[in-house]
Amino acid sequence: MSNQALLEVKELKQYFPIKGGVFGRTVNHVKAVDDISFTVNEGETVSIVGESGCGKSTTGRAILRLDNPYSGNVLFEGEDLISLSKAQMRKKRKDLQIIFQDPYASLNPRQTVSQILEEAMEIQSVVPRKDRRKKIQELLETVGIGAHQMDRYPHEFSGGQRQRIGIARALSVNPKLIVCDEAVSALDVSIQAQVLNLLKDLQRQFKLTYLFISHDLGVVRHISDRIIVMYLGKIVEIADKKALFDDPKHPYTQALLSAIPSTNIAEKKERIILKGDVPSPIDPPVGCRFHTRCPYAFERCAVEEPKLMNVGNGGFQQVACHLMDEQAK
Amino acid sequence: MFLYIVRRIFQTIPVMIGVTLAVFLMMHLIPGDAAKIMAGENANPEQVEQMRENLGLNDPLYEQYFRFIGNAATGDLGNSIRTSRPVTQEIFDSRFWITVQLAIIGTALAVLFGLIAGIISATRKYSFADVSLMVIALFGLSMPNFWLGIMLIYLFSVNLGWLPVAGWGTWEHMILPAITLGTAGAAIIARMTRSSMLEVLDQDYIRTAYAKGVGDKLVIYKHGLRNALIPVVTVVGLQFGSLLGGAVVTETVFAVNGLGRLIIDSIRAHDFPMVQGTILVCAVLFVVVNTIVDISYRLLNKRVDLN
Repeated sequence: MSNQALLEVKELKQYFPIKGGVFGRTVNHVKAVDDISFTVNEGETVSIVGESGCGKSTTGRAILRLDNPYSGNVLFEGEDLISLSKAQMRKKRKDLQIIFQDPYASLNPRQTVSQILEEAMEIQSVVPRKDRRKKIQELLETVGIGAHQMDRYPHEFSGGQRQRIGIARALSVNPKLIVCDEAVSALDVSIQAQVLNLLKDLQRQFKLTYLFISHDLGVVRHISDRIIVMYLGKIVEIADKKALFDDPKHPYTQALLSAIPSTNIAEKKERIILKGDVPSPIDPPVGCRFHTRCPYAFERCAVEEPKLMNVGNGGFQQVACHLMDEQAK
Repeated sequence: MFLYIVRRIFQTIPVMIGVTLAVFLMMHLIPGDAAKIMAGENANPEQVEQMRENLGLNDPLYEQYFRFIGNAATGDLGNSIRTSRPVTQEIFDSRFWITVQLAIIGTALAVLFGLIAGIISATRKYSFADVSLMVIALFGLSMPNFWLGIMLIYLFSVNLGWLPVAGWGTWEHMILPAITLGTAGAAIIARMTRSSMLEVLDQDYIRTAYAKGVGDKLVIYKHGLRNALIPVVTVVGLQFGSLLGGAVVTETVFAVNGLGRLIIDSIRAHDFPMVQGTILVCAVLFVVVNTIVDISYRLLNKRVDLN
């Protein structure tokens, strides 16, 4: 792992317009991702965790410009992806790939496995035509699928196999960064482990960098180097894996971690139950977005928005919470 | 694949039996004595009895049915009362082909305009183009066939004088009836294509295609449309059938001598064998078209289970 930044996300915002009225005027916005910044270093696995609707998948898609972001910058190897033209971005896609959650929906049912893999190679012209079939065979074998199955259709495979095909597809253009958007959430636990180990092996083999989006903390713990915790479109905590799991600082992170079921019966864990629901991202709370549900909230939280600040002693840990100030006093 | 086609063709047999049974019983269930009508208004009871004997109406029903099937299978649907010519000849000499021609052109127009409108609507969701196209489609769907036909004649034939008012023969004669017939279908296909495309375009494999760097057009046609077509094909098949029904009205409005008018004229003239024959031919045509549609699913959708 080097400390060279591969991906830098700066002040990224993704607002989706809400159309209303007869003429479809924009009446409001869903603030799915609201001003987030982070860096992913080369060869690293950074995870984004958070509950449904917190903006983690939206972040992944905005980085790849599958949905164009509302504002902000996405620097990839120092180059701003947002400023690229459509044609330039298409070429750039060679370096950034994505694996989706649902292996049943992410493969075109009308294409055979080899067609799915070949299409990307052809567009990005990474492999000369005559070598493509051989390359496809190699890729499939790398992800653990027999090369003789390359002319089958996606529906002839199981969920786990399909996800492997999705991974082979992402690998087919030799990318540098892969966004794994809930890549194992739809799989059985036993298959999850296999696919996660496969992803780890591939990372070593191809020097890949992962941005791993998940709501499953067990999975995240297994694969990540660094973890970003999101709540309602904002980053509340970024930390090295060890720091985050050993000493979570943000009350939301603490609540999330307390929800992981323990395998140790003797260990009595106290679960932090959050009251209420996640507020609407159309009209998020002023101040700290978490203050409506935070067990430690005080006056300042409802007024002033906390900024991410370094709290790590030695390791890397940033938290956006006013409690940190209070404790420092 | 071959086995599937054979099996699918065999599956049409029960449907055909049902169709022939319905058509056959129609003659017995309608009010009035067929023999009396066929013998003419001035016939005496002996003549009517003679007619009944000739038609085999005194035989048991099942015997009559099997005779009807047997004859139909050899292309004998009896003789027309009006013209005394064999029913098959009346149907297949020209009328059948005119209606089929009309239905095919109507369907072709419907598919062409329906698909284009549907794709434009889906790719520009909630835009001005989308909303106006869907409003037009709603009009197309709501307008009665005969009214649209008359309005088209009024505008293009009477006022502008561009196209003939009625009749059949040249390609110019086909335009207005085909438009009249195809409009509702185009509207249904447009709405179906739109909703089906919107569903498909929201799938992850479309995002996958974009992520690969596939261009917009190719994503929409290769990855989007090809997957969105499956429900559209169903509608096209069903639409072709209702076009045969629509032909009855359209052919009357445009004075086209097709199957539709033949049915109307025969009903008016109490020409039972003729009515029976035309309805049977239409029903068989419908079954054949839908069988073709079913088989084409397999070509479109690799997921259709062959068993």
